[in-house]
This record gives sequence, structure tokens and C-alpha cells, in this order.
Amino acid sequence: MGLNVNLCGIELRNPVIPASGTFGYGYEFAELYDINELGTFSFKGTTKDARFGNPTPRIAECTAGMINAVGLQNPGVEKVIAEELPKLKQCFHKPVMANVSGFSVEDYAYTCEKLNKEEQVGWLEVNVSCPNVHGGGMSFGTSPAAAAEVTKAVKAVTTKPVIIKLSPNVTDIVSIAKACEDAGADGISLINTMLGMRINLSTRKPIIANTMGGFSGPAIFPVALRMVYQVAHAVEIPVIGMGGVSSAEDVIEMMLAGATTVEVGAANLVNPYICRDIIRDLPRVMEKYRIENLKDIIGGVKNG
Amino acid sequence: MKQSIFTVISNDALTQNVYKMVLGGDTSAITAPGQFVNIQLDGLFLRRPISVCDYDEKTLTIIYKVVGKGTEAMSAMSAGQELDILTGLGNGYDLSLSADAPVLLGGGVGVPPMYNLAKKLVAQGKSVSVILGFNTASEVFYESEFKALGCGVQVTTVDGSYGKKGFVTDALPESYTYFYTCGPEPMLKAVYKATHTSGQMSFEERMGCGFGACMGCSCKTLTGYKRICKEGPVMKKEEILWD
Repeated sequence: MGLNVNLCGIELRNPVIPASGTFGYGYEFAELYDINELGTFSFKGTTKDARFGNPTPRIAECTAGMINAVGLQNPGVEKVIAEELPKLKQCFHKPVMANVSGFSVEDYAYTCEKLNKEEQVGWLEVNVSCPNVHGGGMSFGTSPAAAAEVTKAVKAVTTKPVIIKLSPNVTDIVSIAKACEDAGADGISLINTMLGMRINLSTRKPIIANTMGGFSGPAIFPVALRMVYQVAHAVEIPVIGMGGVSSAEDVIEMMLAGATTVEVGAANLVNPYICRDIIRDLPRVMEKYRIENLKDIIGGVKNG
Repeated sequence: MKQSIFTVISNDALTQNVYKMVLGGDTSAITAPGQFVNIQLDGLFLRRPISVCDYDEKTLTIIYKVVGKGTEAMSAMSAGQELDILTGLGNGYDLSLSADAPVLLGGGVGVPPMYNLAKKLVAQGKSVSVILGFNTASEVFYESEFKALGCGVQVTTVDGSYGKKGFVTDALPESYTYFYTCGPEPMLKAVYKATHTSGQMSFEERMGCGFGACMGCSCKTLTGYKRICKEGPVMKKEEILWD
């Protein structure tokens, strides 16, 4: 039975990837299990300068999901390279996906250029879709021209595969994905969180200090699946599917819709072992649905 | 941290909306008083973080106030039901700094984590004073339990309907060697101001994961950014930076 897939020229033993922002810089999960079981993982969104992020509360519970408004808290790219990656090297012995965000095209290029030099980094996942920071993140992912501009700037300073992570908070995600592909992107990952909000009935104030935040979890799975399907059918480059994935069945459904690999986000926060458990459960589900090799089912949804 | 299944042994109301639940299971990951557990509940997405009141090798005692859907569901549980719990979360109280006569101040549902702490300090031969603060007489719980440990216990109520009228800080003894506290933030601020020794305080924040992955509960301290769930919930007085 084959679980291996190939993402932009790099072979993965399975398609399961913990999503950025739900897995830190990896080493803390290595205390729980051998994280080399993973295909890879996408590390915490990293920016040029250190960021504390948004005020708290940053988290709100929802039906079948949650809202977060962390706001890209991270130590900045220099410290990530000097302190976080060496710690990761002790426990993770394969290429990691470097997740990058920024507030200007120059920011993105600066951070990607730095991370491109790191041997541990296999792919650059460029987040043009963070809903939780003002004047950055998502504003680059809501227009095809801006997303293409970031893609070109990053491609100009890197040799590693560049995957652009897209926001669902747009009118036409397909046109943005195509613009990124035309600008040289090697892959597309989607979806980032959906902009959401909750109000505390007692105080009549928003639960999230930042008022709004990114909604994720099983509730968004059908929306994510639909967008993965649309984008995968419109572009030639590989697509990473994510949004509410919580089981081996979800992984297979995402792959049928067109995902080459699948990221798991919010579920990690409820069950820190979920990615390992999904990987271990995949052979059972593959057997049930008579799947010999996972890579054979990518985009295999039958229409009509 | 450990993920395991616990079985409810008992679940009883201590006051109108505060419950005590005793659970049986593997407590080996709990290493210090002041740590918390994170409980998965059917139909709710995020786990519910609850402080550890007491524990031994096979049982875990938690005391929780019904404030929302999660704690409401817990209050309806009965013996024999099972819960998926992450245990051994956070940094608890450091007992080594207490010296001979520590004072423990708990407010409302900040009282429970003081219990195992008091038990351990008494076992070390310390002379332990405990101040338990509540709003009113009907909310008071665990006074006799602390007395049974051999602590000096003073209860305060804001309305004066039981014990000493006022806040926990109004009942501070004249001399003590160190303090430990847990309670709502205004109380922590008052304790911070009123105490003349060093001490440790336990903080609360809305959490995503409870084990350091999501950065949902970060705070700023004098020694850098900390996660309430991972480097906290207990912080030393010297490192606290109030907003």
C-alpha cells in the first residue's frame, strides 16, 4: 500500500502535514511522538521582525470549530533561524515547510531569501491570507495582481519551491490562484481561515479582543473542499488542501478533490496526536475504499 | 503531558453552581500543584481547561464553576462516565521558595489549586495560613477541608455575610514568608500590591490548545513573552507586567 506522494519535486512518505500556527516550530510535539512519522509540517508563520501579535482574548469557541486572532506572534526570521531551526534539527530529519508572512512585498522577499538559505527548509509556504493583521497578510491575497506581485518577488530570491497560501475571504479564489501560477508559483495551498466573529451575550462585546478572527475547524471542511476542487481543476501546479481536516477519510476526500497533500490545522489543538493517528489510520481507510496508492486518487473525483 | 481516559467517580455540588468532580485514571503526568487539565466534551470543539484541586496516584479532583456550555455539561455527568483528558499541563507552583510560613490566598474558583499546594506544604512541615475569599456566604466552600489539613484558615466575604468582611487582602497575616495565590485578575493585582514578600500567582486566559501550540494565551512579562498554558499559569511576582 502506498502512502507516499511528491510535492513540488520532494518525496513525502505520506500526505499529512500539520498546518502553520497549530504546530509551533515542531519540537514541542516531538516530546509526544516521533514527528518524523509526518510527511512534513508547516512551521509557525514567520515575519521579518518579531511580533507579539494581538491582545487577548485571541480564541473563541464555535460550533464545530474555533476562531483565532493570534496575529502572527513569532520571534522574527533571524531568531527563527538562530534558535528555532537548530532545536527542530535535533528531532526532525526531513525537509520542513517554512511559512512566511509579511506587511510589504519587500518583507516577504526579505524573509523568504533568509529562509531559502536554510538546508532544513524544503518549501516556502507564503501566507498572503492571514485575516488577523492589519495592513498585511490577507490584503495581498485578496487581489490577483497583489498576490502575483508577492509571488514574483519571492520567486526572484529563492530556489526552493514556492507555495502560495490563499484566503477564502475573496470573491473569486480561482482567479487569484491562476495569477499566482502565472507569476511562477510552484504550488497553491488553501484555505486559510474564514473571517468570523462571536459576541459575548453577557457583556455584548466581541469575544475576540481584535473583534474578528479566523474561523477554522470541521465546520469549514465543505467550503475548503469546494475551493480545493475549483482551484485544482483550474491550475496545473500541485494544490495543498486544508480546512477542517480531522480524519483519514477527510484526507482522502481532499485528495479526490484535487489535493496532492493535506494540511491539518485546528484538530491539532484538540488532539495533539491527531496527525499521527490519521497517518496510522490511512491504510485501513484505503483498504476500505480499495485504494492501492494514494497518489493515484489525486483529483480523482468523478463528475456527473 | 499525557492524554488518557478518566472515569467519573463522583460529581457533587459544593454550592449552587460550583461542583467537585473526582475522577479515576492515570495521573502520572501531574507533577505539581497549580497545573491544570484540559477536558474534551461531547459536541464541543475546544477542550475545557480546569485547574487541579487535588490528586494522588489514581485519582484527580477538580472543582469547577458552571459558567458556560462546557461546565454545564460536566455538571450533569455521573459516576461511571468517561472523559478524554490531557493532564500535566502548565507549570505549577514552586514549593521550594515558600520558607517556613507561607500564606495562600484563593478567590472563588481560584481556591481549588490552593488545596493540593497546602497539603504538600503542610507535609513539608510548613506553617501554612490560608485565606479564602468569596462574594457571599452561599458561595463558600472547602473551609473545613483546609482546616482538616492543619492550616490556619480565614474566610472573607465581600458582603460580610460570612467570615471577615472584605477581600482576601484584608485578612493578610502580619507576618508570612512567601505568598501563593490564584483568583480573578483584580484580586491578583490587589494581592500583588498588598503583599510585602515575593510570591507566585496563577493566571487565566482563554486557551486554544492548552499545551503551547497555538499561542492563543500569550502575555507579556518582564522576562519576555510567555504562554499562560505552557510557561504559566503560575508566574513569579517579579516577572509580572500588568497591562
